[in-house]
Amino acid sequence: MSSTTHTETSKFSLSMLINDTRYRSTTFQVIALIGLIFAMGYLVSNLLSNLADAGLNISWRFFGETAGYDINQMPIEYDNQMSHGRASLVGAVNTLIVAFLACVSATVLGVIAGVLRLSNNWVVSKLMAIYVEAFRNVPVLVWILIIFLVMSNVLPQPREFRGDAAASSMWFDMVAFTNRGVYIPRMIMGDLSWFVVGTFALSIAGVFVFRRYARHLLFSTGRLIPTVLPSIGILIIPTVVAYLLLGRPIGLEYPVLKGFNFSGGLHLRLSLIALWFALAIYTGAFIAENVRAGIQAISHGQTEAAAALGMRPGRIMSLIILPQALRVIVPPLISQYLNITKNSSLAIAVGYMDITGTLGGITLNQTGRAIECILVLMLFYLVISLSISAIMNVYNNAMKLKER
Amino acid sequence: MSDTPNIGFVRHEPIPPSPPPVQQAGVVKWVRENLFSNWVNSILTILSIYFVVKIILASTPWMWNGVWTTSSLRECREVLQGTSGACWSVLAERWNQMLFGFQYPVEAYWRPTLAFVLLLICIAPILFQKLPRNMLIFSAIYPFLAFWLIWGGTLLTPVIVALSLIAGYLAFVKVERLTGFATALLSGVAAVVLVLYLGSFVTSALPEFIALEPVASRDMGGFMLNLILGTVCVSLSIPLGIVLALGRQSNMPIIKGICVVFIEFIRGVPLITLLFVANVVLSYFFPPGTNLDLILRVIIMITLFSAAYIAEVIRGGLAALPRGQYEAADSLGLDYPQAMRLIILPQALKISIPGIVNVAVGLFKDTTLVSVISMFDLVGMIRGPISSSTAWTGIYWELYLFAILLFFVVCYGISQYSQWLERQLRTDHH
Repeated sequence: MSSTTHTETSKFSLSMLINDTRYRSTTFQVIALIGLIFAMGYLVSNLLSNLADAGLNISWRFFGETAGYDINQMPIEYDNQMSHGRASLVGAVNTLIVAFLACVSATVLGVIAGVLRLSNNWVVSKLMAIYVEAFRNVPVLVWILIIFLVMSNVLPQPREFRGDAAASSMWFDMVAFTNRGVYIPRMIMGDLSWFVVGTFALSIAGVFVFRRYARHLLFSTGRLIPTVLPSIGILIIPTVVAYLLLGRPIGLEYPVLKGFNFSGGLHLRLSLIALWFALAIYTGAFIAENVRAGIQAISHGQTEAAAALGMRPGRIMSLIILPQALRVIVPPLISQYLNITKNSSLAIAVGYMDITGTLGGITLNQTGRAIECILVLMLFYLVISLSISAIMNVYNNAMKLKER
Repeated sequence: MSDTPNIGFVRHEPIPPSPPPVQQAGVVKWVRENLFSNWVNSILTILSIYFVVKIILASTPWMWNGVWTTSSLRECREVLQGTSGACWSVLAERWNQMLFGFQYPVEAYWRPTLAFVLLLICIAPILFQKLPRNMLIFSAIYPFLAFWLIWGGTLLTPVIVALSLIAGYLAFVKVERLTGFATALLSGVAAVVLVLYLGSFVTSALPEFIALEPVASRDMGGFMLNLILGTVCVSLSIPLGIVLALGRQSNMPIIKGICVVFIEFIRGVPLITLLFVANVVLSYFFPPGTNLDLILRVIIMITLFSAAYIAEVIRGGLAALPRGQYEAADSLGLDYPQAMRLIILPQALKISIPGIVNVAVGLFKDTTLVSVISMFDLVGMIRGPISSSTAWTGIYWELYLFAILLFFVVCYGISQYSQWLERQLRTDHH
């Protein structure tokens, strides 16, 4: 019997750290780790000595100190006697507001433009192609500034609304477009209004339950019941009934011209509108391309196969094409939402007080705590990005083609 | 023959086909089928035509009546006397500031212009594989030439940097034959540093040797600054992006972790916060006494930013390669650096080019963000010195149309190239 005995334990030499594949990766990682620690240590020691030279230190106490500046859009309660932390929070909420508005409008715009670009109508599809190419190939900052400048130069001043023979007038006495912003009616929530809101939320849940039931009925018995009209009914009727029964608890407050300016109502500043529209139109062009690519990715054979099975065009779209196209469309769509959130930091160019304007702008300049401010600013955006990515991963896993 | 004597007339050629009905042919058919096939389509067509006509009617006279020769907006309005017309004089008077910034010496405008023209020649062989390969030699020389043209100073500086890189490459090749990749890389870096160190004596001894008038970085501005930032940052970030992508694909958990954290951090924050870092924080991290100018700090941060995005694109390319390519490289006995350089990266980079080009377009547009940290790029020039000058306060359409035009031409051109390349690279047949 030929017995080759392995003497693995013996003869470990230093050169094996490099030449032996069993140890090499560990060696490299240790070297990389040591290098990283040294680089970090070097940077931090530079930072500390520079801070010491400038007589500075790292401190987070300024977040509790009085901010002392006003913010022109306050979705939550704030005045200039409150702390820097509170000011940053107001900015964060403003960021989320503009990002949400822009995401919704960009999606609507992008879906419409993407579908129309595939239309057989030559004029319409060419027009949409021009829209997509024109807006995709020019920086969003330019669009933000242009929309802001055009609105503030073209729209009338509030005083032009005065008098009997006013140069400008409000739309339906409800909406006023001025160069200081747009004034729209505001909802006044009465004491009982929460019941109405609650009823509406329950109706939305009710619609989902109803549609589930209809689908269950279809799959188990093959009976097809109408869903569209009942859904609308479930959505609207209880809310309206509750609204009337409770004595109209939700009212509207209209903007009214007082002196040289409007008061009452909801004041949407030009900075918000410019940022919102520019982000929506710019990102809408990208979403249009995603939608077009998604629809084109579904081969025509799918449509033909469904038609051969005797399905109607509407059902082909909703049961065959859309579920497959959405799998292609949704991941890039969500990364466009991420881009909107990140691009909303351009608010600083038009003076919209988002978190970059409050924490990264005025607070940073007043306190001089650049490192702390920018660190928190980055963490804020990072948290939003990572949570959106996490949602996307969950969606991707749920939607993944189940291959067996 | 004699069976059919009574037939008086026999047609020998077929009747020519009659033309289709007017409604089913030519323009009319096309219009009916494409523009007015049903009522939704008809409404859309009419709305779009109305919209287009309205825009053309409003903008054409405005553009056509434009004034080119006045020296302020007030004079423009006097000339126009209330009629609709653009005040193009602002472009006639300030075009040089919008292109080169307001501090770049006027007599040296030919230098960045020449550098830009040469840039086109430099990237042509990289973009189009059919051009003669010898042109790549010029592409290799170009960065040093462009540096000399734009920043000025003695020609010796870029020459010595080029020499040091050549020396480093030679040392790398020589040593790699004898030992492995890592030692070769180290000795290459050592050679570069050595030549740079020796060269610094030569440049300080001969500062006027074939010298152009030096221009400081802070004097750069206008569209030139956008182009400089775009090209420099994209070309620097590609090698960094390759390293990050390979790190993220590697099996070593620590290296992979470092790369993932870096990439996800950079991709999670807006570029503007990174520019804030460049503006106010970055100098704290350098050794006391170093004083990098702003443009250099901005280049560092934008390069890191685009490297993270390019790394993701290249990672996609690496992941798209069939597993067999990796196994084939292993079975040939190639070690990791050889396998990457000879087998994997050439293929992975080739399929990543369209993605990289898209990142480059996005990055080029994002260079306008530097105007927020008070650098005077094209948008910064428009918002700052030009709009706030007494002569041109209140003018905006003309200036921004110019900016739109410049960016559109560059970005649309690059994206068309990218789509062309995607068609070229597509090897399956539809």
